[in-house]
Amino acid sequence: MRDLTAQALDVAKKLGASYADIRVVDKKQESVRTRNGNVESLGSSRSRGFGVRVLYDGAWGFSSSARVTEEEVRRVAEEAVSIAKASATVKREKDVVLAPAKPVTAKWESKCEIDPFSVKVEDKIALLMEADRLMRQNKGVRVASGNIMALREEKIFASTEGSYIEQVKTETGAGIEATAADKGELQRRSYPNSAGGDFASKGWEFVESMNILDHAERVGNEAVQLLTAKQCPDVVTDLILDSSQLTLQIHESCGHPIELDRVLGQEASYAGTSFLTPEKKGTFQYGSPNVNIVADATIDGGLGSFGFDDEGVPAQRTTIVDKGIFMNYLSSRDTAAELGETSSGAARADSWSRIPIVRMTNINLEPGDWTLDEIIKDTKEGILMETNKSWSIDDKRLNFQFGVEMAYEIKDGSIGEMIKNANYTGITYEFWRSCDAVANKDEWRLWGVPNCGKGEPGQVAHVGHGSAPSRFRGVKVGVGKWQ
Amino acid sequence: MKGLLGKDEALRIASRVIEASPGDMTEVFVSGGVSRLTRFSDNYIHQNVSDSGHSLRVRVIFGKKIGMASTNSLDDDAVKEAIETAARVAELQKPNEDFEGIPGPEPIPQVNTFFDSTFGFSPLDRAKGVKVITEAAKAKGFRAAGAFQTGASELCIANSLGVRAYNRSTSAHLRTVAMSDTGSGYADALATDVREIDPALVAQTAVMKCESAQNPEVVPPGEYEVILEPRAVADMLSYLVRGGFSASAVSEGRSFLAGKLGEKLFAELFSLWDDGLDPRGFPMPFDLEGVPKQKVVMVEKGVVKDLLYDYKTAKKEGKKSTGHGGFGRWGAMAANLFMAPGDSTVEEMIKNTKRGILITRFHYTNMAHPMKVLVTGMTRDGTFLVEDGKVTKPVKNLRFTESALRVFGTMDMVGKELHRAGRSVVPAIHVPAFNFTGVTEF
Repeated sequence: MRDLTAQALDVAKKLGASYADIRVVDKKQESVRTRNGNVESLGSSRSRGFGVRVLYDGAWGFSSSARVTEEEVRRVAEEAVSIAKASATVKREKDVVLAPAKPVTAKWESKCEIDPFSVKVEDKIALLMEADRLMRQNKGVRVASGNIMALREEKIFASTEGSYIEQVKTETGAGIEATAADKGELQRRSYPNSAGGDFASKGWEFVESMNILDHAERVGNEAVQLLTAKQCPDVVTDLILDSSQLTLQIHESCGHPIELDRVLGQEASYAGTSFLTPEKKGTFQYGSPNVNIVADATIDGGLGSFGFDDEGVPAQRTTIVDKGIFMNYLSSRDTAAELGETSSGAARADSWSRIPIVRMTNINLEPGDWTLDEIIKDTKEGILMETNKSWSIDDKRLNFQFGVEMAYEIKDGSIGEMIKNANYTGITYEFWRSCDAVANKDEWRLWGVPNCGKGEPGQVAHVGHGSAPSRFRGVKVGVGKWQ
Repeated sequence: MKGLLGKDEALRIASRVIEASPGDMTEVFVSGGVSRLTRFSDNYIHQNVSDSGHSLRVRVIFGKKIGMASTNSLDDDAVKEAIETAARVAELQKPNEDFEGIPGPEPIPQVNTFFDSTFGFSPLDRAKGVKVITEAAKAKGFRAAGAFQTGASELCIANSLGVRAYNRSTSAHLRTVAMSDTGSGYADALATDVREIDPALVAQTAVMKCESAQNPEVVPPGEYEVILEPRAVADMLSYLVRGGFSASAVSEGRSFLAGKLGEKLFAELFSLWDDGLDPRGFPMPFDLEGVPKQKVVMVEKGVVKDLLYDYKTAKKEGKKSTGHGGFGRWGAMAANLFMAPGDSTVEEMIKNTKRGILITRFHYTNMAHPMKVLVTGMTRDGTFLVEDGKVTKPVKNLRFTESALRVFGTMDMVGKELHRAGRSVVPAIHVPAFNFTGVTEF
């Protein structure tokens, strides 16, 4: 493969490129989906190809192909240069500059105790079918579904600066969901999280650790109970979020606005920009002193973990928010150079046919000192919300509104009635400034989110978020007309 | 044509798979093409990409046991491996009692969806279009961001019962946000033939919007009249249709239409249909099961008429697929929506508005409750207050939490011009009351 990657880089250099890199990616995936007692789909997919990225006259060009042959590598490298030449006809005064990065020759592989591809498909089906049966024991469940996913990505990165990096990453995930509907009401409940469950850069041991069958009956029952639960009141109250909903809160209101490409306007026409403009770095009070957030691509098992990003920059742990103060961005080499910084190692592409853009790694709220039990006991009146159901936030990431699957009243320090259709809204920094309690490391959990969309053409990143249950004071809940 | 297989080659590959498959039934899906996109921000091109490729998906069926595999390599070895994998996983299964078989062949209508002008549009052609926009923005001291995308795709669906469907199509989309630190304006244009896109018009519209949107003021959340421009209409419409008009969602009780067929749920002015053959949209003559698309009138003058069927649901209910299948668990989906035009202009809607909000487009909308079709989202890139029949000032973006049932149930003015917005073709509308639940800082 070294000959092939060298050929792409040579062609680009000979055509005048000041920088070039190539990624060769081979990705295989296996998925099982069940629905109402049947195997809905059982599939296996493989995608292999390469992409060549070049800088010519200070402008970017990129081309890619699924045919990994010498002839095609040459053609694609030539096309990337010709595209960069077209880019150079609409330039700024200053050229694209790459922040410095040391050339690296390395190999990296994620940890995997039990290869998920070695587990018999029959066993995966049997697990989901039993969960399906348990969920549908409650006759109010209209749809029970489940899925198991295994993915392995083998990737080679080489650049004209001399890097040659080989990485292998294995990911595994699973989840179940029950939908109940009756008399114009529809509710769903999932485990361990919505949007397909939970995912990690681990092997089959991760699915085993979920103990899905211990939760399936409860999931079915709760979906049905929600149909007749009390409607969420329209009030301002204290809000306790469980770790899974907090994951979504971190993702949307912290993870995206710290992406430096958004800050610089590079996503302006599509996903939007960011309220965290450069002058706020190091001074802006993003949250209360209880809020400490890091971007950590080095955690074992994190869905957003890796050895090197797709520009060959080593995985890093970066402080994002320190005792409430906004400190750093996620960046790539070209965006970091705009601020005179080095890359935070967050440039990632979702396949061989896409360019690396700034993506989240594992964006984690650090644990505090409380337990969830203590937080509840300390809350006179409020709502506990669990598991995301709907999400929306403005294009600078300020005004958000999130809905959840499940909620409970909190009264005089105890959990009360179940609440349905719960949602809450706020302005990002006001919300995080109202955080007065974060649970401790025993209740801290790292979640995998495999569906983060961004970019044009669209890319879907696999990222992680760690958090523990937390409390936010004086939050508007129960938004909208529900009767 | 470089990057495309063409009809003969695509059908040859598909037929070869069917011949080699050990299944009682086999279904093959070959898709791919070329996609090229020039992206700009801050008045320069910052991303410029091209990709080409195909994928092949095969479903091998033994009785009611189904296995599926896909590959992005069309080499003999890779295709053989995909067939073997699909057969192996099918054999591992117990019968899927929900399986209703696969469709047989039907004549596929011919529609012209491919334009050489779009397929041959070069990186330099795209850069020229982008430059028209960046120069117009610069002239007013604004920054432009956006993308110029052109592409050609082909889809071939074949099965062992004799289905042999092939179509190739082109698409082009130019979009931009012109912005300053104190306001922004959006415009875009979509076409199958890139020659229909006028970069100067897109630039002019976005820049004018941006000029009008400077220094917005806060208006408090609450109920307002709204004028929704076509992009905002298409966004709301997508929530009404998604799941709602799928026959399987109705039969499973997951749709707001369960038990309400034939009822007048919407405004008299609201008529809606799906038509995969109308060249005003993005035509596609067959669905993802290889079934020819039928025109389905979903709502006529406010009355719910017909649902969308995939093969499985149609067979269960003793009906015929309408050509909207192939989306698996999601059930039948609309892909070529048309709303009936009215007789108003946006100017007339403004003139008839006492106190309302004129909305260019929405951002990050999401379903809050599927049975109530309650949707939340933000306004974006051109939001204006209308008072006593005139646009009086730009306003800071608002959050809405509103039901699409109410929007299309109460709309009282409809635009006479239809616009492509995404894959839908829709007019602007006026709605007498719309619920805003929050406001942001810009």
